Amino acid sequence: MRTAAGVEACLPIRSDMDLVWVRQHVRQAAGRLGFGLVEQTKLVTAASELARNTLVHGGGGQMETAPVSDGPVRGLRLTFSDEGPGIPDLERALTDGYTSGDGLGMGLGGARRLVHSFTVDSTPGVGTTVTVVSWASRAPRSREGH
Amino acid sequence: MSHDFSRQMTGHVPVLRLGDVLLVTLQGDLDDSTAQQLQQDIGEAIVDSGVTGVVIDISGVEIVDSFLGRVLAEIAANASLLAARTVVAGMRPAVAITLVELGLTLPGLRTALTTEAALELLSGQQPVTRAGGSGRERR
Repeated sequence: MRTAAGVEACLPIRSDMDLVWVRQHVRQAAGRLGFGLVEQTKLVTAASELARNTLVHGGGGQMETAPVSDGPVRGLRLTFSDEGPGIPDLERALTDGYTSGDGLGMGLGGARRLVHSFTVDSTPGVGTTVTVVSWASRAPRSREGH
Repeated sequence: MSHDFSRQMTGHVPVLRLGDVLLVTLQGDLDDSTAQQLQQDIGEAIVDSGVTGVVIDISGVEIVDSFLGRVLAEIAANASLLAARTVVAGMRPAVAITLVELGLTLPGLRTALTTEAALELLSGQQPVTRAGGSGRERR
């Protein structure tokens, strides 16, 4: 059973200085939850990619962080939201090598590989919300049917 | 505001000259404009000093995202056009794992485990006089 203890923090993403703050915040939050170095590095890197998307493609927005738990395993959920133009073709945007202009095309598809769960909700003209969750340890999940 | 907190990590990255090599040590979390400024500074420093190598020590860098990865690759490409070779030294194992999963393997980037190894790599690539060798052996 996954539970979220509510939003812990909400950070603005308005400038490249805010990206530094986002990375620091995620690093500290993941550290407090007992993330190992590799999982922590992956999550901070994913946060940096997604926050930059919010800034560059979404015209700015915010990141919310919330601790989550799945039984004894603790994790961190990050939600990036903007009110930008939205992503017209999500499937294409998640394809490796896809770039809408100035990036390397690593943004969404790359970030998705760095986290344990990844959802995008985007409506053209309304905005985009990307939610990711990573867990402090990849404890073997109980199998179905037990 | 967050700006006060993060200001301490930004600004100029010092570019030091060590013989024929520029030594650049990145520390902590670089904001985008500092990284881009560094790209420009290194290009100018190569031309001003005529060095033939650049070593970028990233052992103090906790994450390399696609932006910083691209800046590093562009620094190496710029340096190459300015007749200098670039070696990125000291990448943390967690950073390497993350870059590969991100899909950013930076094939054009030469790396070394330490700054010392990077300097050796650069000095070892000066034209070598081998017994009976000629200039044609250079790759």
